[in-house]
Amino acid sequence: MDNDELPRAHHDLGGVPKFLCEPVDVEPHALTDFDKEVDAIRQILGAKRVMSVDELRRGIESIPEADYHRLSYYRRWIRSITDNLLRKGVITEAELRAALGGA
Amino acid sequence: MMLAPGSAVRVRFDWPETRGPVHIRTPWYLRGHTGTVVRHLGDFPNPEDLAFARPAEKRALYHVLFAQGSVWPEDHPGDELLVELYEHWLEPA
Amino acid sequence: MSDLLETESERLLAAVRSLLAQKGIASPSEISERIAITDRASPGQGARMVAKAWTDPAYRALMLEDGAKAAEAIGIPMRGMPPLGVLENTAELHNLVVCTLCSCYPRAVLGYPPFWYKSAAYRARAVRDPRKMLEEEWQTVIPPQVKLRVVDSTADYRWMVLPRRPAGTEGWDEDRLAAIVREGDMIGVTLPQA
Repeated sequence: MDNDELPRAHHDLGGVPKFLCEPVDVEPHALTDFDKEVDAIRQILGAKRVMSVDELRRGIESIPEADYHRLSYYRRWIRSITDNLLRKGVITEAELRAALGGA
Repeated sequence: MMLAPGSAVRVRFDWPETRGPVHIRTPWYLRGHTGTVVRHLGDFPNPEDLAFARPAEKRALYHVLFAQGSVWPEDHPGDELLVELYEHWLEPA
Repeated sequence: MSDLLETESERLLAAVRSLLAQKGIASPSEISERIAITDRASPGQGARMVAKAWTDPAYRALMLEDGAKAAEAIGIPMRGMPPLGVLENTAELHNLVVCTLCSCYPRAVLGYPPFWYKSAAYRARAVRDPRKMLEEEWQTVIPPQVKLRVVDSTADYRWMVLPRRPAGTEGWDEDRLAAIVREGDMIGVTLPQA
């Protein structure tokens, strides 16, 4: 069976040929304030049952492949968090537009 | 169905990814492969439903062992893969 | 909706943060408090568990039976955390943990996952050609007669490795042992050095 023919989702990365020759960046990278805030918001939304970790993952997995690989870890998260908050009606598109206008 | 340790199981060769939006915790590289149940880890709400905020039934979760060489060409004899898989992805082998 | 999601991430965070505060879902002080709590989890906690397991057979047995209970037994908060499984390295078996689907990591006992753990390269290579990856990236050589077991963390558990106690540490107390145990040792990419 030819692995490249299987309809793998792009986040499903185990053993994927195009990454097998890519070096692993083993250097420490300190988290930024942005990273920690996104992480904390995710935890609060989980604890308050606003959004589960499974919903977060679904949102990350729905990011188009090129963006998925281009965006840093927590940039994927804030995109998924926003996607989920909109989908679930926790915030509306109009509210988000207004908040972005003033941000 | 409760799978006893040592049971031979096959991971379903199924690709729900091709049928619409899904969230799946069974890695692509194991689909269709045969492994051995190590133990039952507990019962957990099905993440395939949790991901869409649907009511999620609990499903048995198993630790299943595979020979590296049965999954990948880059085999070192004896090496293994141990993966958490839900009951609805396993069938008797 | 998609154009909004493509907004630059910092602006998106600022907007979401202000909306969550307005709606009483997450206030700035709750966020700061959550960051402070999360910062308290670090590899030093997992290292304390490992050092205790090396010196206390009853604790080692508890840790292998139920990692979360073992963590709580030394004061690590586990409430609301996923179950913790502990994989013991032996003379015959070496364990390596990866999450090929996302980045599941034993955060309660090791803190935030390191950058490499979340990378596409690690997630792709660890399950397929782990010996070559460990040698090339960490200079970790698993002897050929030792079985390598890659644990793909796909579901509800989180997994940490209980590494082998290195030679040359005979008679060391727990604090001195804990000081040599690193993050990578508890995922299986490195081995503790005396």
